[in-house]
Amino acid sequence: MIALIVLLVIAAGLLLVILYVIGTYNVFVGLRNQVDNAWSQIDVQLKRRHDLIPNLVETAKGYMKHERGTFEAITNARAQAMGAKTVADAGKAEGALGEALSKFMLVVENYPDLKANQNFLAVQEELSSTENKIAFSRQAYNDQTMFFNNRIQMFPSNIVAGIFSFTKRDFFEVSAAAEREAPKVSF
Amino acid sequence: MWELIRINKRNSVLLLMLMAVCLLGLGAVIGMAIRGPDGGMLGLMIATGIWVVLTLISFSSGDQILLAASNATAVTHDVHPQLFNVVEEMAIASGLPMPKVYIINDPAPNAFATGRDPKSASVAVTAGLLAKLNRDELQGVVGHEMSHILHRDILFVTLAGIMLGSVALLSQVFLRGMMYGGGSRRRYSSGGSKGGGAAILLIIAIVVAILAPIMTQLLYFALSRRREYLADAGSVRLTRYPEGLASALEKIASDRAPQLASANKVTAPMFIVNPFKKMGQWNLSDLTSTHPPISERIRILRNMSQGASLKDYSDAFVNVTKSRTVMPASALTKEDIALRQASAEAKNEQKEKQLRQVGDIMRKVNGFLFLTCACGMTLKIPPNYAATTVECPRCHTEHNVNKT
Repeated sequence: MIALIVLLVIAAGLLLVILYVIGTYNVFVGLRNQVDNAWSQIDVQLKRRHDLIPNLVETAKGYMKHERGTFEAITNARAQAMGAKTVADAGKAEGALGEALSKFMLVVENYPDLKANQNFLAVQEELSSTENKIAFSRQAYNDQTMFFNNRIQMFPSNIVAGIFSFTKRDFFEVSAAAEREAPKVSF
Repeated sequence: MWELIRINKRNSVLLLMLMAVCLLGLGAVIGMAIRGPDGGMLGLMIATGIWVVLTLISFSSGDQILLAASNATAVTHDVHPQLFNVVEEMAIASGLPMPKVYIINDPAPNAFATGRDPKSASVAVTAGLLAKLNRDELQGVVGHEMSHILHRDILFVTLAGIMLGSVALLSQVFLRGMMYGGGSRRRYSSGGSKGGGAAILLIIAIVVAILAPIMTQLLYFALSRRREYLADAGSVRLTRYPEGLASALEKIASDRAPQLASANKVTAPMFIVNPFKKMGQWNLSDLTSTHPPISERIRILRNMSQGASLKDYSDAFVNVTKSRTVMPASALTKEDIALRQASAEAKNEQKEKQLRQVGDIMRKVNGFLFLTCACGMTLKIPPNYAATTVECPRCHTEHNVNKT
């Protein structure tokens, strides 16, 4: 009789542990998917920036006949960013593209006609929003990563993470000090 | 933040249960007053019935009813790119799916979010809000609404609002019935000897019928005020820029437009600021207020100089109000979140441009056709324009007006 009770208690305890492990595993999978999702969102927004640039150049070209150098800088930076093979290269190229765009927007200040053009204003809004979205998707990625990493480190979920080898993710950091200091530009 | 959502859910369930007790108690007492002690069960059943029906309706299409009642029009990216982009930015920052975007044709600046869950959420802003705020401020307001969605406040407000509505409905019907048909109840009271007991029951019922809506409303408001603070904190966490929301609230508070036409008592807690502007409402903090005093919210936001995490908001809150924090302690993990600078647009704000913009929104909502000429001029063609071509007044190019 006593043996039976002991057996039942052990079985119940085991069941609870198994349920906990299953639940935590599922939480981890969900979190990992969210982190991956946030990461891919950054790519989506970077790609959107690439797509917008021909539009921008096309709209501005008619007004800025004497600024060929500026246009070339943007187009080249875009080509480089799109052709980048490694993550490090891409990061560098995207940084350069951001800088080229910033310079372009400074030059635009000298062309009041262009600034009054509805088409240009529309592209400008899209572009500045895309810049924001890039920043926010990086921010969201870091938020999700922090939460994911916390769960991996905290007891007792760290045991489950160890069993199924969920590993911590790296934060997205703006590597170059220059990029961190980049002036905020009027879009 | 996840901690916060969990605690919020638990509080919501608790509060809804308390409100349900109010509702069912009211039903039982009214039943007993009308049909004697046996009527309690019947009253209970009727009250439950009303509640279940209303909850089912609100669950299936509550947000649609609400948006329709607020005269909100669904808009696409083309109608107001900036609003749409700002909502998208905040959706990305919060990791939520993109909500539907609505514009309310009303000059009073205000905004609200509704829906059952993040997947079916909607964000509505008034045309007045779009006219008065710059990009950073709009971002602050949309961030606040997105935080309501993130914290799952939208479902709670809908369910609690329905509960409040049921209680109000029940007590109204009963009190009116007493007032106009007071004599008829005597038919149900059982015999002369019990007449005294019935009279006492009746008085109790009247008192309960008067108190129940007030009680439920107080419960509702108490939590909705707390949620406003939390949504402010969430907004700062998303935008990293407390000044945006602070100056938005300041502009909204100092606005002189007439109050929002389509708001009512039940929907009031959903808006970013209380849509009812009574005398002194803005700086009056009392039990019956659905929102914290706006001046206090601004001061808390302006007090945040260290960072943008929930902990920083909580510290600023304690600093300003000198009272205990509204944040659940377990949600206050230390996060290192830096603030950001104002975007350039905020610095050179062009009022004229914004006013023109809002006029354009209303035109787009009202079916105007927009043509952009190659010279950069935008032609706004009214829906009743009859001719098939139109000439650009600046460069005299002919454009075809093709209406579909």
